[in-house]
Amino acid sequence: ETMAATRTSKEQKYDRQLRLWGDHGQETLENAHVCLINATATGTEILKNLVLPGIGAFTVVDGHTVTGEDVGNNFFLCNNSIGKNRAQAATELLQELNSDVSGNFVEESPDKLLDNDPEFFHRFSIVIGVHLPESTCLRLGSVLWSASVPFLVCKTYGLIGYMRLVVREHTVIESHPDNALEDLRLDKPFGEFKNHIQSYDLDNMDKKDHSHTPWIIIVAKYLEKWLSEHNGQAPKNYKEKEAFRQFIREGILKNENGVPEDEENFEEAIKNVNTALNPTKIPSTVEDLFNSEQCNNITSQSTAFWVMLRAIKEFVHNEGNGSLPLRGTIPDMIADSQKFVNLQNVYRTKAMQDAKAVLKHVECLLKSVGKVCGKSVSSLNVCSGKNASFLRVVRCRSLAEEYSVDSVNKDEITSCMDSPDSEMVFYLMLRAVDRFFQQHSRYPGIYNYQVEEDISKLKLCVNSLLQEYSLNINIKDDYIHEFCRYGAAEPHTVAAFLGGSAAQEAIKIISHQFVPFSNTFIYNAMSQTSATLNL
Amino acid sequence: LSQIHEPIYVMAVDGGHRNSGCDWDGRWNHVRKFLERPGPFTHPDFEPSTESLQFLLETCKILVIGSGGLGCELLKNLALSGFRLIHVVDMDTIDVSNLNRQFLFRPKDVGRPKAEVAADFVNSRIPGCKVVPHFKKIQDFDESFYRQFHIIVCGLDSIIARRWMNGMLISLLSYEDGILDPSSIIPLIDGGTEGFKGNARVILPGMTACIDCTLELYPPQINFPMCTIASMPRLPEHCIEYARILQWPKEKPFGDTSVDGDNPEHIQWMFERAQERASEFNITGVTYRLTQGVVKRIIPAVASTNAVIAAACATEVFKIATSAYIPLNNYLVFNDVDGLYTYTFEAERKENCSACSLVPQDLQFPSSAKLQEVLEYLTENAALQMKSPAITTTLEGKNKTLYLQSVKSIEERTRPNLCKTLKELGLSDGQELAVADVTTPQTVLFKLNFTA
Repeated sequence: ETMAATRTSKEQKYDRQLRLWGDHGQETLENAHVCLINATATGTEILKNLVLPGIGAFTVVDGHTVTGEDVGNNFFLCNNSIGKNRAQAATELLQELNSDVSGNFVEESPDKLLDNDPEFFHRFSIVIGVHLPESTCLRLGSVLWSASVPFLVCKTYGLIGYMRLVVREHTVIESHPDNALEDLRLDKPFGEFKNHIQSYDLDNMDKKDHSHTPWIIIVAKYLEKWLSEHNGQAPKNYKEKEAFRQFIREGILKNENGVPEDEENFEEAIKNVNTALNPTKIPSTVEDLFNSEQCNNITSQSTAFWVMLRAIKEFVHNEGNGSLPLRGTIPDMIADSQKFVNLQNVYRTKAMQDAKAVLKHVECLLKSVGKVCGKSVSSLNVCSGKNASFLRVVRCRSLAEEYSVDSVNKDEITSCMDSPDSEMVFYLMLRAVDRFFQQHSRYPGIYNYQVEEDISKLKLCVNSLLQEYSLNINIKDDYIHEFCRYGAAEPHTVAAFLGGSAAQEAIKIISHQFVPFSNTFIYNAMSQTSATLNL
Repeated sequence: LSQIHEPIYVMAVDGGHRNSGCDWDGRWNHVRKFLERPGPFTHPDFEPSTESLQFLLETCKILVIGSGGLGCELLKNLALSGFRLIHVVDMDTIDVSNLNRQFLFRPKDVGRPKAEVAADFVNSRIPGCKVVPHFKKIQDFDESFYRQFHIIVCGLDSIIARRWMNGMLISLLSYEDGILDPSSIIPLIDGGTEGFKGNARVILPGMTACIDCTLELYPPQINFPMCTIASMPRLPEHCIEYARILQWPKEKPFGDTSVDGDNPEHIQWMFERAQERASEFNITGVTYRLTQGVVKRIIPAVASTNAVIAAACATEVFKIATSAYIPLNNYLVFNDVDGLYTYTFEAERKENCSACSLVPQDLQFPSSAKLQEVLEYLTENAALQMKSPAITTTLEGKNKTLYLQSVKSIEERTRPNLCKTLKELGLSDGQELAVADVTTPQTVLFKLNFTA
């Protein structure tokens, strides 16, 4: 533990975010190299939110020269850079945000790079492509998919923000769920816990001890009594749980006049009966992972995540007797220090034991494929039950699959379009606008005089899109008019919203903490609503 | 809503300077498309015109409260949307822990006033923008200051400050024959963030739900019970609070100074004391980081959440200033812990809101209740959550202070009143009590209703 004097300036600077993703999460950021294609306002806003938290390095790829319009909505371009290459201009002002970060630029269009040196993109932790024309996007998508480099596609079009995450398989060890249930095992008490509660005789304790016994122990003791009186059947329905609560309530000490004393710990027990009696079971998300191919077929190529998951599965079928390794934490509760700490230690010790058992399975598995336990899996922390219930895998299919007539997700599109307010219509309009660009080499409605006449042209694009995918849906003319009206404008506030959203998703990908979206996100600044679609 | 947008253009407010000719070709293209073109989803009052942009550039005056995580983003967003006449208020100076997200500040700026550094940066990066900084508390200004703005947008980190601002704008409202004069309404856009969560809301004082209408959305901060801290610690946090609340005042390690969470020596001292206490009780987990977090009540923060919420707020400022689209009605919630989640709903006005309803608040107590009980009600009731209310009333034609905490001599003089019953204090059924508190710039009127 570092003393005040030796706390580095980086620890101080990043303090507020270290409290979210920890030193180990920060380390992954500092080892990351992010590629941004196109330093539009959306692009620079995304990068700003990555440079500030201290990613290791970034590279801006952009073949455009800065226009007056570009400077107008972009904080990282100045009017004296009009006419200069946009990658260079933006990199200077982005670099200036944080001296810990190393900024690079390539004055080249992504198409050129794809022609001459596609492997250029293999070096990056993630590639963020902003305002890419459809053909470039699909080309780049294919290269990154083959190389298993995560790809985040972003676009601000008028008042609509769009993000698409493309990643074959993204594993999350620390998902940090917001409201996780406790792992108390009251329905399946483990041996050491049963021993521990033997040391409590609630009927023969002095008042002080009685009032400061942790509620977990109270529920466990009363459950033992209940089971012996009910044929080993725990309370199941509301009526039985009510009776169980009353059973506990009757255990509250009474004074000489028969009036119940004020025992907050018993009130806590009664309040927690409902969740305490939840059966301990393996979440379906984890069961699905146990059943997956990667888990059941461990090879020398298997990543640490799958080796660990398989080790946990082995544990479940052996030492765990059908349960995951114990999480080992208990919530705070009314109790005296000693009783609480002793109870906490019972859970912690068991969790440590379980983690050691999991680690043995890890070592075994690695040995069986001719490998040795490296740093990434040897930490007991990683093997512990702390995260077992919350392991997640996110898979986002390729752009090729999304766009292909054979595999387009018609069901998702048509079912969303059944709701009048669905954001799906904006996805379809963005696709239509891309077609317009392919046909006319420009976006609709750039100049005022074009707005009206482009409506019919854009409508043709909409119809050809729907026809190609055999989508029997209707898109109101109002949306076509609105998208011509937008004239491919990129208002700064919408770009900034997307900038924050996309940057955090990139951080999730880099750190493997928190769960990324899957796979399409649409933001509507007109109504301040959003939707996540699976396309 | 549609009724109040036109008057914004005719409010008696100073115009700004004429365009200083610093614009270049195409500068405002992205903005113009929303101001000069008709469209199917615009606000019913919207009329495309080249004058709207001029209004933004030369006339529209915006006040940004707070120049921290949200404030920096707000200033950038407004400046790049065409707003030039911007004032920013912030009473704080820059700390190194701000630098991970408050991007207008650099290591060399640590110690300088946030408002001033932010204004300098934006004014030099965005030609023509005239941000005016105020290194002050919001309470340092009165109505004459606030009245000059078309729209006020808050990026505060304190619920008390929010409520004060809310109360100030409500106090500016004027009613004629019970009807609210729309030109006295100053829209308030309020944003808040915490880790990966945030919210943005649009408040039209006197018309839509205000901060106090939805006070229950901000549950009170939980403090650990004293008996836990003093004699029954279980968590490392309890050990840290022991050092802060009990040991520090007793041992006065740095003389008579109070705890300064920003002083590493203070934190180090408490860290060591907390470690000692923890080892006494076999408690693990006391770290320097945890100690600082508990003592300063640190809320984790990242650039991304602030970017999202400030963006949503600035979009609303733009909509309201230009009538381009119907504004958010009226509350947006955001959370990107698991994917990205937003939820938009209409917060409802509270009929008897202590801030924005015109009716005196009902206080129901038996005449035998002690004043202490009334005080506790004012602080503990979820809808009121006052901090240190000062209660006055009129008795026999004279103003009488029943209890006031913030001035030592008056506190001592009025403390005995706390143990007296309402009847003993001479209060009668239907008596009006005026309560002042940091949570509001105006006193709140209560009406005593004696129960059986």
